[in-house]
Amino acid sequence: METIISIKPLLAVLVSLFVIPVLVSSSGKPNVRESWIFVAGAIKLVLVLSMLPVILGGKQIVLTLFEIAPGAAIAFRVDGLGMLFAIVAASLYIVTSIYSIGYMRGLNEHGQTRFVSFFALAISATIGAAFSANLLTLYLFYEILSLATYPLVTHHQDATSRISGRRYLTFILGTSIALVLPAMIYCYHVTGTLEFSTAGIFTGQLSKPAALVLLLMFVFGFAKAGIMPFHTWLPAAMVAPTPVSALLHAVAVVKVGVFSIVRVITGIFGVDLLADFNLGVVVMSIASVTILVSSCIALSQDELKRRLAYSTISQLSYIIFGVALLSPQGLTGGVIHIAMHAFGKITLFFCAGAIFVATGKKYISQMQGLGKKMPFTFAAFFVGALGVIGLPPTGGFYSKWNLILGTLEAQQTIFMLVLLVSSFLNAFYFLPIVFKAFFGKSEEEDNKTPVKIQEANLCLVIPLIITAIISVVLFFYPTMFVNLIKIGLSI
Amino acid sequence: MDNYPALIVITPLLAALLAGIAAWTEERLSYPIALIGLAVSMFAAFKVLMQVITSGTINYRMAGWAPPMGIEYTIDLLNAMVLLIVASIAFFNLIASYKSVEQETSDRAGSFYAIYLLFVTGLLGVTATGDLFNLYVLIEITSLTSYTMVALGDRDRGPLASLNYIFIGVIGASFYLLGVGYLYLKTGSLNMVDVANILSGLHGSSTILVAFILCMLGIWIKMALFPMHVWLPNAYSYSPVAFARIVAPLMTKVMVYVMIRLMITVFGLDYIFETLNLSEAVVWLATFAIIAGAVMALAQKNLKKMLAYIIVCEIGYMVGGAWMGNQLGMTGAILHILNDALMTFALFLAVGSMVYKLKRVDFIDLKGLFGKMPWTMAGFVLAAFSIIGVPPTCGFFSKWYLILGAFEAGAYHFAAALVISSLICAVLFFKVFEICFFEPMPEGHGHEDSSSHVAIEEAPLSMLIVSGLVSISLVVAGLYSGTIVNTIILPFLQ
Repeated sequence: METIISIKPLLAVLVSLFVIPVLVSSSGKPNVRESWIFVAGAIKLVLVLSMLPVILGGKQIVLTLFEIAPGAAIAFRVDGLGMLFAIVAASLYIVTSIYSIGYMRGLNEHGQTRFVSFFALAISATIGAAFSANLLTLYLFYEILSLATYPLVTHHQDATSRISGRRYLTFILGTSIALVLPAMIYCYHVTGTLEFSTAGIFTGQLSKPAALVLLLMFVFGFAKAGIMPFHTWLPAAMVAPTPVSALLHAVAVVKVGVFSIVRVITGIFGVDLLADFNLGVVVMSIASVTILVSSCIALSQDELKRRLAYSTISQLSYIIFGVALLSPQGLTGGVIHIAMHAFGKITLFFCAGAIFVATGKKYISQMQGLGKKMPFTFAAFFVGALGVIGLPPTGGFYSKWNLILGTLEAQQTIFMLVLLVSSFLNAFYFLPIVFKAFFGKSEEEDNKTPVKIQEANLCLVIPLIITAIISVVLFFYPTMFVNLIKIGLSI
Repeated sequence: MDNYPALIVITPLLAALLAGIAAWTEERLSYPIALIGLAVSMFAAFKVLMQVITSGTINYRMAGWAPPMGIEYTIDLLNAMVLLIVASIAFFNLIASYKSVEQETSDRAGSFYAIYLLFVTGLLGVTATGDLFNLYVLIEITSLTSYTMVALGDRDRGPLASLNYIFIGVIGASFYLLGVGYLYLKTGSLNMVDVANILSGLHGSSTILVAFILCMLGIWIKMALFPMHVWLPNAYSYSPVAFARIVAPLMTKVMVYVMIRLMITVFGLDYIFETLNLSEAVVWLATFAIIAGAVMALAQKNLKKMLAYIIVCEIGYMVGGAWMGNQLGMTGAILHILNDALMTFALFLAVGSMVYKLKRVDFIDLKGLFGKMPWTMAGFVLAAFSIIGVPPTCGFFSKWYLILGAFEAGAYHFAAALVISSLICAVLFFKVFEICFFEPMPEGHGHEDSSSHVAIEEAPLSMLIVSGLVSISLVVAGLYSGTIVNTIILPFLQ
């Protein structure tokens, strides 16, 4: 693979980091502060996109910063997968920043400077994780991300957020230290390298039981991916302000977890090794349980954000499920779901936040008839829901299509049932919300006076419309993402 | 100039005398004298390290007397590094200490600086010397000055803590001296290199075995290896904060250096790991030290005490690494001397600033501290992450080498202890962060209009700047740990 040395990945990571002092120093002037966020976000996106043609041309961009030990450096390598993830994260960061202004000011939240600063730090770490060349660098950014999001999750500084924050750290930091760290050092001990390569880093040093143990340590250890039973931090983290739930707990944080597992499967073990040991089925079974159980739990949740959280848990496992199929179609379907789910789910979270700001309502049972008041929000919610269920005309259809084909290709027909059942469950927990919102009757409504449209402020409505539109666009034009995956995994 | 090695130790000694004299006559001169003395010492240490890196080990003979009669300073990469650590931490702590001393021991400031300098002289001498008996004398200088310092601290509990420290410290010193006596009996020499040469023919001797065990026991007591740690928590938490800030990062680390020096230079790793085969037992002891230190830290309700027990835990890291019997473990142990000195210094700097403002640092006193002292807390958080072992702070990288070494030696229990202690440290520090961040609990939801806004009341600038610099150095040392290992530690070990 041809490589180009460039400082661009480093700049893309650092730009949000460098803007933090500026944000802090302009804390008294919210408009100045917010414009800096957009400047940094735009520069970041431009930097990321400027690398796109090179990557699509089949080359990789590399940069080694610090050599810690032979084979373990702090280094960047931009490949197709990382590019896909970085584009999703960097573009949604800008949209979320618009939304964030509307949300935080709409609710007159305290500590807004702290909020935007840690948000910037979190996005920096996300891009760093996307561009990591090896497991050590990935671990570094993974940990920074865990710690940077803690003050965001506990933003309200009350008793509930304290408990949630504790759970958040216990599961995320705890598993990464207890499981990933020893597993990673063991890999280095055995092979002397941690560099991702599609062939894997092991050359016959691992027995099947050892490989199984290591694999499980990684799959459960990257608990940001929300594999059961290490998922409970995600519903707890919903106490955070909605922009955090939207960008971090539907896109950045959780996807970094999934992305790490994808990297370990495709870059550390290598697809061939896992296929030889027949370990894909193990991961698939674990993912299937998570998919089905969390979908069922989602059905029973009345708080909208919690229902979305459980839906996220099941959707994340789709990605892991697809990659664990170890077949080209499965891999494509799984990885592309990182993007497709991101746009769908962030729309749903944006809607939940917009409803809360406009009406103060958090529970689904209170939302009957609300569609007439907030038609744009609920229309976007409908599109987002379609995307998550996997129905046309949204990008979600494309990933589900590939996943189902992948099960056939890998001759795992039983697992196809999991996907089908789960899709039904998804439909059951999303569509009634939309239906009742448009056709149900709210308590305070009487038939005589026509309902006036009372949407949330524009800063909230525009982002959710944008992401809904992108979800639809991705149905028609998924090609770029598909190409990135093909290049990234050489399939 | 070739006298840099002497300059490192002699300048602080002379400065100590001058500062002591000044304490009787012009007390306000003591501080600048101390500052200049340590600045020169730090500069000389830096020069020496550069010289050793480029042109190898320096053998410096005091006043030109040849060993084994004269006193020889043998400065190789290892002690050049430790000398620089000691000298620079002593210097930077002095900058941060001006205000603390003014507040805590203002009536005896001159004597404080004199004893402080003597203590530093002792540590530098311990590190530089190539002579076993000299080592004993210098260890006693550091110990005696520490006893005094602890007694200068908390008026109620300082003296008792000091007395405990004296009793146990004297036992440790006696063990070591006895061990040296046996060595002298058998070899007739006190020069380390000389002794080592003679010892290589005496591996079967039981006298040497006894000498080795006595020396190690003595040093372990001095470094507070579990279960010989009981003097440390009280001594460190009741001493004046300006002294706690230097004794906590340096004393135990210099003793770890002495242990490694005795193991590598005097007795030889072949003797220890092949003839004696004690590795496994000591690694188990270190494992217990790590777990015990971490668990005891959990039980504390005072920040200083908690940190003191974390030191007990960290000593286990270094002892375990050094006794792992392979190069990776030893690399980890030596790297951790540097890293642990830096991160403990950073933690105690933050604690010093808190003490300056709050007087007491029981957990209940720390409420709302993120609002009141954001910069101090930023430094504290970074240092805490380093102790937990979050990359890219330096604590992660020494842990990396230690765990690798444990895997290579098959000491999985030690690796597990490292991981568990990281987890416990995460709990410990987040317990503190929670108090500083959430309490006092606001009414309602914590919105902009609520009156819970606290005014910033930061520590003096001198403390903040030092604290900031040291905290940043944690990340820098972490990122350059590859360079440190390749230019200092690996060449030393080969």
